[in-house]
Amino acid sequence: MSTIVKGLLVPGIPHPLLAPEQNEGWQKLRDGFEAARQELIECGAELILVYSTMWPSVIGHQIQARAEPEWVHVDDVFHDLGSIPYKFKMDTDFAQTLQECSTERGLHARTVDYHGFPIDTGSVVALKLLNPDNTIPACIVSSNVYADRAESVVFGKAARDAIERHGKKTAIVTVMTLSNRLFTEFIDPADDAIHSPKDEEWNQKLLEFLGQGRLEDVAQLSREVHRQIRVKKVVNFKPMWWMSAVMGQNNNYDGCVHAYAPLYGTGGAVISLTPTPSGFGNKEFDEDDVESFSGDRNVVDSGSKTQLEPEDTLPAEPTVHTSSPTIQTDAAPKPVGSYPHARRVGDLLYLSGVGPRQPKTNDIPGGPIRDENGDPREYDIEAQTKAVIENIRVILEASGSSLDQVVDITAFLVDMDRDFAGYNKVYNETFGSIQPTRTTLAIRALPTPIAVEFKVVALPGG
Amino acid sequence: MSEKGRIVAAALAPHPPHLVYAENPPQNEPSAECGWEQLRWGYEKLRRDLADIEFDTIVVLSPHWQTYVGTHFLGVPHFKSLSVDPVFPNLFRFHYEMDVDVDLARMMHDEAADNGLVVKMMENPDFRVDYGTIVSCHLSNPSWDKPIVGISSNRSTSYYSVEVMQEQARELGRITREAIEKSGKRVLLLASNSLSHRHFTTEASVPEDMSHEHIYNHHQYLWDMRVIEMLRSGKTQEVVDIMPEFIEQAVSESDAGSFTWLLSALDYPRFEPEFYAYGTVIGTGNAIFGWYPDSEEGGSPQ
Ligand SMILES: [Fe+2]
Repeated sequence: MSTIVKGLLVPGIPHPLLAPEQNEGWQKLRDGFEAARQELIECGAELILVYSTMWPSVIGHQIQARAEPEWVHVDDVFHDLGSIPYKFKMDTDFAQTLQECSTERGLHARTVDYHGFPIDTGSVVALKLLNPDNTIPACIVSSNVYADRAESVVFGKAARDAIERHGKKTAIVTVMTLSNRLFTEFIDPADDAIHSPKDEEWNQKLLEFLGQGRLEDVAQLSREVHRQIRVKKVVNFKPMWWMSAVMGQNNNYDGCVHAYAPLYGTGGAVISLTPTPSGFGNKEFDEDDVESFSGDRNVVDSGSKTQLEPEDTLPAEPTVHTSSPTIQTDAAPKPVGSYPHARRVGDLLYLSGVGPRQPKTNDIPGGPIRDENGDPREYDIEAQTKAVIENIRVILEASGSSLDQVVDITAFLVDMDRDFAGYNKVYNETFGSIQPTRTTLAIRALPTPIAVEFKVVALPGG
Repeated sequence: MSEKGRIVAAALAPHPPHLVYAENPPQNEPSAECGWEQLRWGYEKLRRDLADIEFDTIVVLSPHWQTYVGTHFLGVPHFKSLSVDPVFPNLFRFHYEMDVDVDLARMMHDEAADNGLVVKMMENPDFRVDYGTIVSCHLSNPSWDKPIVGISSNRSTSYYSVEVMQEQARELGRITREAIEKSGKRVLLLASNSLSHRHFTTEASVPEDMSHEHIYNHHQYLWDMRVIEMLRSGKTQEVVDIMPEFIEQAVSESDAGSFTWLLSALDYPRFEPEFYAYGTVIGTGNAIFGWYPDSEEGGSPQ
């Protein structure tokens, strides 16, 4: 069973928090927040994950990881409504897990843990009203201004991974208004209204869909919603892409519209979505689903953990070419094709197949398995296996890792009957205590006259 | 104040927090080894020229105080707090303390209100001054010995169009000039924006590693050079005319209205400005220019 117990949509404009008494609709929204707060208690949520459209990020995705952020917040526009002192409680372990899960899916993500970090008005309003006593720890994530659908969906899936890994009952809170066009002149609170009839019509459509629990259907409509009722401050309307991806990309929720009212021209709504097995039913995917991010974001090389040592200053050290997440080292045998020695992907290091050939000389310890004429000759499997492991050690260390970080090995033997025992004996000397998972296969041949090759996956080190 | 006030200097003074980070002032918590020298040396030259000019107040319009309802003016006489950049908190956590010329701010506010603009004074003492204002002011005047007038960026580009923003910013510029003239004060104006403004969305592990720094794309660079050439040859009216295209094509941060406002306040100077530097910061294009209406040719006062 999923650990996601609730989804909430709430507006981030501060009037329901700071001035509910000035307008009936603002009070209705305030009451809606209160109803949503009750739902959070009843569903036993142990973590609140907030995605705020009012926290824009440029450098990837930011994740609030300050244990107890504290400040007196003032809104940039509605500063005359008063200050909002806050002290929140964040789940820093979850923040870390989410950062890791995001990186694993190819996203650029970082945690922020700084005194005085400006938490956005929307997140402040949501947490003040939904979790006033900090009984439930929270986490807040940003909304990248350039992220389009693929990136938003992948970030949502990363959050889903993190929630599963973390194992706590989680409520997803998306801070946004429906239509987002504010009045551009100061209004008398009594005159608040949805900015235009067109905005109102679209808001009603969204309320109908979400009231029926059709979250994925609304996500599929995001581009149209953006065109119709969103002021274009960012590349696209993305919160529903993200939220639906976190919650499992379906329409199976009990939807409840707790409140809907104008908020300085925008459409403010408090809506809850409770996962149910008997929801609205299957959605139709108009666009490809996407599992990991590989867009054009990585224009600036984010660097590798491996240090580049210039050959001319340190002739004794092997040269390591690591300008990208691929790793080549002169200390390991020269590749016999177009491949790097290793490549880092997320939090894993993948090594190309490693044989026993010696780095500089191409000699094969224990002798090659065939002579110059291609005829079989006697060779030492133990010596070859030792050389393989030594080459793996060199590549791992050039990548900032080490043998004890190996998590999985696939071993290839050209003669299982003859060589398994010798290979297994040497293998155990090194990996018996490390205990990576292992698969041993017999194959017809390897590209050079060797008897054994290992394919290795390791952690990048530390 | 019998003498007529005037704008004695004006600068295009972009606010990448990276520049303050690389300077290592005592107010900033993080520290750097180096970085973005062309721009920092450009600011150094700007400061050298400003040192020869007497002025009473710095008036700055920052893209990072974003207001959707009207244009706002800082209206609290003194601020002291910590500014943390929401996008680059790893680089900019700056302890600031500044005086505000509330009288001049109010004059501008009132003048703008009389001319039908939507305006508001910001009088909440807990308000945090945006990092754009802080960076541009710090790099232009690191001693912080002059009061400032802080003006918000009305987001009419987002809500309507660049054309509406321009109309508003031109009007605000004219009003700024007239209020300054009435005030009898000598004023330095700062437009706190980059030129082309598409960022990289990843950051090098050492942010000041300059081997990663370059323009986001060739197209942005061409636009920046086009605008710089026009500014250098005094074609400021023309720059305002192509602003909608520039903003659309190069995602220019002048969508904030700050640059149109500055050129309008200067009444579209045709004299040659002092061009201090051009450089990129995380892919965006940044130029530092100075206009000196009192000097003979308009360029540097020496
Ligand atoms: Fe900026």
